Amino acid sequence: MNWTSWLLSGFLATLALSTFLSASQGFGFTRMNLPYLIGTFVTPQRERAKVYGFLIHLLNGWLFSILYVLVFEARHMANWWFGALLGLAHALTILTVGMSLIPGIHPRMASEQHGINANRQLEPPGFMALNYGVQTPISVFLAHAVFGAILGSLYHLSHAA
Amino acid sequence: MDQPKTTGSVGSDWPAIEDYGIIGDCRSAALVSRDGSIDWLCWPIFDKPSIFAALLDRQRGGYWRISPVGAATIERQYVQDSNVLETRFTNHSGSAVLTDLMPSSSRASRERILLPDHEILRKLTCVAGELEFEIEFSPRADYGKNKVQLRQFGELGLRFAVGGGVYWLRSSVTLTITDGVARARVSIREGETLRFSFSYSEQAPAVLPPLDPSLDERIDYSTKAWQKWGRHTVYDGEYRDTVVRSALALKLLSYAPSGAIIAAATTSLPELMGGDLNWDYRYCWLRDASFTIRALLELDYWDEAEDFLDWLLHATRLTQPRLRILYSLYGDKAAAERELEHLTGYCGSRPVRIGNAARDQLQLDVYGEVIDAAAQFAFHGGRLDQEMQRALIGFGDYVAKNWDEPDEGIWEPRSGRANHTHSRLLCWTAMDRLVRLSERGMLQRAPIEDYKRISNSIRRQIEERAWNKQMQSYVSVLDSDQLDSSLLLLSWYGFEEAGSARMRGTYLAIRQHLSTPDGLLFRYQREKPEGTFAICSFWEVEYLAMGGGSLEEARQLFGQLMKYKNDLGLYGEEIDANTGAALGNFPQAFTHVGLIGAALSIDQREKGERQLAHRPPAAAEHSPAEATS
Repeated sequence: MNWTSWLLSGFLATLALSTFLSASQGFGFTRMNLPYLIGTFVTPQRERAKVYGFLIHLLNGWLFSILYVLVFEARHMANWWFGALLGLAHALTILTVGMSLIPGIHPRMASEQHGINANRQLEPPGFMALNYGVQTPISVFLAHAVFGAILGSLYHLSHAA
Repeated sequence: MDQPKTTGSVGSDWPAIEDYGIIGDCRSAALVSRDGSIDWLCWPIFDKPSIFAALLDRQRGGYWRISPVGAATIERQYVQDSNVLETRFTNHSGSAVLTDLMPSSSRASRERILLPDHEILRKLTCVAGELEFEIEFSPRADYGKNKVQLRQFGELGLRFAVGGGVYWLRSSVTLTITDGVARARVSIREGETLRFSFSYSEQAPAVLPPLDPSLDERIDYSTKAWQKWGRHTVYDGEYRDTVVRSALALKLLSYAPSGAIIAAATTSLPELMGGDLNWDYRYCWLRDASFTIRALLELDYWDEAEDFLDWLLHATRLTQPRLRILYSLYGDKAAAERELEHLTGYCGSRPVRIGNAARDQLQLDVYGEVIDAAAQFAFHGGRLDQEMQRALIGFGDYVAKNWDEPDEGIWEPRSGRANHTHSRLLCWTAMDRLVRLSERGMLQRAPIEDYKRISNSIRRQIEERAWNKQMQSYVSVLDSDQLDSSLLLLSWYGFEEAGSARMRGTYLAIRQHLSTPDGLLFRYQREKPEGTFAICSFWEVEYLAMGGGSLEEARQLFGQLMKYKNDLGLYGEEIDANTGAALGNFPQAFTHVGLIGAALSIDQREKGERQLAHRPPAAAEHSPAEATS
């Protein structure tokens, strides 16, 4: 396993994913704001939550990329399309398992069953995060496909070098 | 006008324009009718498409109504010195108070809890007996064009999405959705309270506030925050409440993120009932700059004045040294004008327009208004930084080259260009203020001698070609016999002494040809009748207060004009000469700025303070021309 390559490609891929999702929000495709959702785990302050969330998400992306690299190594295959496939699988897991679990573990998220209280006021994502816009799954799939593709490509290039 | 009315008392399906109140959060605003219906709301900012537009189409527009079943007496007020609206419904069985507002929040609460970006809070409390209420929530997207898919989300409330944004309605009453409208009928008894929160989010997951007593705390905080702002003013004259109300209305029409102030929060409320004089006023007109800065500075709202000046000089940077006559909230070109054919218009006044075609007009007066605004800021003690100074000189150079061109003029007629006296006056003002700023060391590296020479040329032209000997009056277009109420501003900007023979002659001519028996003023003579123009009457008050008449005359006219405010103290753009009803977009920043200016001038004269403190002291050095010249 090439640790230097992982550090660099993981960082760039996570940055690309964050940029893609932010652009999707800016263009009005989705209200899914991962840094905000993650940041509100630790603070209710909107602006600070976005900053904390971005940093945590960056770290998170880096750590997740280890799993990608481990699969690349296990399959002896690292290229853009394989990385993209892994990204799509990753996105599917987030949208289905992750989104269904998050209202239960997020300290500030409301739920349809339990309603809203002084602490839990954040809109829950719903199935496939569709509450955050009908194009949210597309944005999430594409963002993670980009993440995986960049990771696969860079890891491949570093090995080729 | 302060008498309580009953529901449906306007006698038709349409509330009168003056039957509306406004709530807002300095980003967007909503109009609430006397019978508790929110009939106008655009989110997230003033000039975005509406979600409620029953103001312009009773069937298709969309609304959110909370009103008693059957007839009731209605009294309204803003909580003292705030923009929190209270509507009291009373009938034989009881009395209830509906509170409407867009909440604000403290930094401390924002650090403690999540809050929605854009929200309307409504609270209904029964204060005596028992009343039955009907609640109808009928949103429509894109100026009523599209239905929305309202869905019930269990404990969370009702939700619908439009474009990339999501709207949530939370209600302490269970609402039933039928045909895209959420409804409920509920009785409330003395001491019971119903709470509602309607919010919008477009950049992130929505925040859904609880409908418990914490909502009441948020209302209390918002009320106190408005009161703190309203009570900050240093004005303590006899019109204090009216002036504070006007300042609060002006504040509601400001856009906090950029400092811009829009002309009105609505589009296409008619200047002529049933006619086609229907325009979109959700933009910022530079024409209003000078009056607005004066009002803010002399009421001691320095932050707002500074923000507005920053906006004037920085938001216009893309077009400098040229200035458009109106801009969007962030300084972009206003949207192109188009007609919304699917809407009936207010009382059948069609077409409903959005965007504004005046964006392509040339108005040379705006240069003078922006420069005068900056000069007032400096004369009151503000500092013009290097960048501002460069911008002002750029405007000055543009005026120096183009002052002699015909333009569309202050009232934006769509009939072509002419040599307007008012535009020349403001070009003179531009030159005059730059010279004075420079002489006081507040402006560096300006070509002062050029500006002085041009100032004299403009003065000569106005004195020779805008003065009609036969009429013994200034006229609105050079070498013409046309009158215009804006000629009263010749003394406001310091071109002529208010008491000069020429100004007296002009004033008498305006009174003779443009006034109504009730003392209101039309802005000019035109074949197609429109309402009297409210700010022109306030200009008249100022003219009298500045020496064109006696203090008593000024006060009397001011008192007369007070009769035309609605029960909440709000004015539209125009006043119907026959009925006294409000016409045009509502409420109107220009009118409220005019009211504040008139009250300030009366107060200054009454106290023997130097008048026109907004002008440089040396303005009186100019000797007025002889009336017989």
